Amino acid sequence: MGKFQLITKGLIKENPTFVLLLGMCPTLATTTSAINGMSMGLATMFVLVLSNMAISAIARFIPDKVRIPSYIVVIATFVTLLQFIMQAYTPAMYETLGLFIPLIVVNCIVLGRAEAFANKNGVVDSALDGLGIGLGFTCSLTVLGLVRELLGSGSVFGFKLIPGDGILCFVLAPGAFIALGYLLVLFKKLTTKK
Amino acid sequence: MEYLIIIISAIFVNNILLSQFLGICPFLGVSNKLSTAVGMSGAVCFVMTLATLVTYLLQNYVLDPFGIGFMQTISFILVIAALVQMVEIVLKKVSPSLYQALGIFLPLITTNCAVLGVALIVVTKEFTFGGDAHMLNLGESVVYAFATSLGFGLAMTLFAGLREQLALSDVPKAFKGIPIALVTAGILAMAFMGFSGLV
Amino acid sequence: MVVCLSVICLVCSALLAAVYAITAEPVKAAAEAKLNKAISQVVPEFDSTPVESAVEVDGKTCKYYTVTKGGELAGYAIEASSSGFGGAISVMVGMTPDGVIYNTSVLSHSETPGLGAKCTDPAFADQFKGFDPSVKSLSVKKDKGDVDAITASTITSRAYCAALSNAVSAFKAIVQADASGAADNVIPSEVGNSK
Repeated sequence: MGKFQLITKGLIKENPTFVLLLGMCPTLATTTSAINGMSMGLATMFVLVLSNMAISAIARFIPDKVRIPSYIVVIATFVTLLQFIMQAYTPAMYETLGLFIPLIVVNCIVLGRAEAFANKNGVVDSALDGLGIGLGFTCSLTVLGLVRELLGSGSVFGFKLIPGDGILCFVLAPGAFIALGYLLVLFKKLTTKK
Repeated sequence: MEYLIIIISAIFVNNILLSQFLGICPFLGVSNKLSTAVGMSGAVCFVMTLATLVTYLLQNYVLDPFGIGFMQTISFILVIAALVQMVEIVLKKVSPSLYQALGIFLPLITTNCAVLGVALIVVTKEFTFGGDAHMLNLGESVVYAFATSLGFGLAMTLFAGLREQLALSDVPKAFKGIPIALVTAGILAMAFMGFSGLV
Repeated sequence: MVVCLSVICLVCSALLAAVYAITAEPVKAAAEAKLNKAISQVVPEFDSTPVESAVEVDGKTCKYYTVTKGGELAGYAIEASSSGFGGAISVMVGMTPDGVIYNTSVLSHSETPGLGAKCTDPAFADQFKGFDPSVKSLSVKKDKGDVDAITASTITSRAYCAALSNAVSAFKAIVQADASGAADNVIPSEVGNSK
């Protein structure tokens, strides 16, 4: 697999949200607007790239039995680093995403990539893999956020397009499930036609 | 009275699955059959209550006094992982029948964000049960965690029941599987919104 | 096996401690900037650094910040809260020395987006600019008060009013405490009388 493919496969073929259905909690919870969804995606990408790199570098020194705990410690370290950085430089976004930043630790995408890719491949490839999957995750979260923001409050990235209040339900919990359900159908339709 | 408010709030009003979006992976993953959904809920109930008790003590008697709050995320997840392992070992020895019912779900729980989520909520968020905003004390935290896991079980069982019916109904081809399940969950969440403002 | 895991834990915690030490300053600065922004939004122009103090109201402590301009008292920024629809609503309330609300700013809330969350909209919050609690009543029109509630969010509006009322009673306590403090210095006998 070429280096370029490592990055692009996360967008469509192995899209973590629409194809693999991983990391559903932040996907549903933080996509009340496009910008929130994108920030969450980027935060996850940060952790994914760094943890993939670190794990691919140390994987061969770790005995098989303590593999998973070690990975969790490494991932939790990077998540906490991210928490500090966001708290210091983007406090408003840190408050909006709240609980879901520490919860990146238990995002199955991150541990999944460590198990499935990083511990068998080199540092560069693992970084690219993390970047690709992270990009795919960011794109899907942004799209879901975009749809929910447009339908729910009539704006896109904070710019008001449709006057009025919009269909409130899409900003609230039920809308998250319903919007994601319909987007999955759309994604399936679009990708199987090709 | 305050405990009652906490219980109602955690089960219905702020249902962990349908309004807080924690623990969606098992919600979608093991809700195909009612029996597995019940098993998973039992395991979550057990681990969540225990984990919250331990992490509450850890936060208040180790992390805070020593000023090492920055180890919060890392220590909580390790405690939960260790606890899950321990529960598994103890259950195997003490009650093989319970182990058979819950055993296969236990390893999945380490990465169930509901458990870590509740542990973090309890030590970081202020609650307004019974008037003023305040941090929960030990008793309230454990009751909150237990009630939350009951809410998890409730949503899980309802959803599994619905999905068993869905499997038999004629669904458009593109919607088969997860998409129709998500739409169903959306409608279920809408029903739970009716509880908001109750407490 | 154990050695390996402990080494990883050690390295990780050392790394965390280091980064924590580096970011501790900016984190504190960011929190302070946020607080200062909230204060300057709600009180008249001032040239001092806000002084933090606390006052006891009905057995509860209430934090407030005093600001001055050219040595003269410019106003108080009072942190008040009450429970709304989705959780606590915490509001910074600015009061001028004559007991009029100058402005308000929501510090944190967990109200429903699109409904109760509109309490941060100027359309609702601006009606409290220059609100004189001694003339007008701090409750929504449904409860025979003078506040226009947010459409379909009466509980949030009531909570907002309750928070403001808390701030007003805190203000009264502050003034009383200040007056008795001043009296203490000037004519000590007065204090005995006022008891």
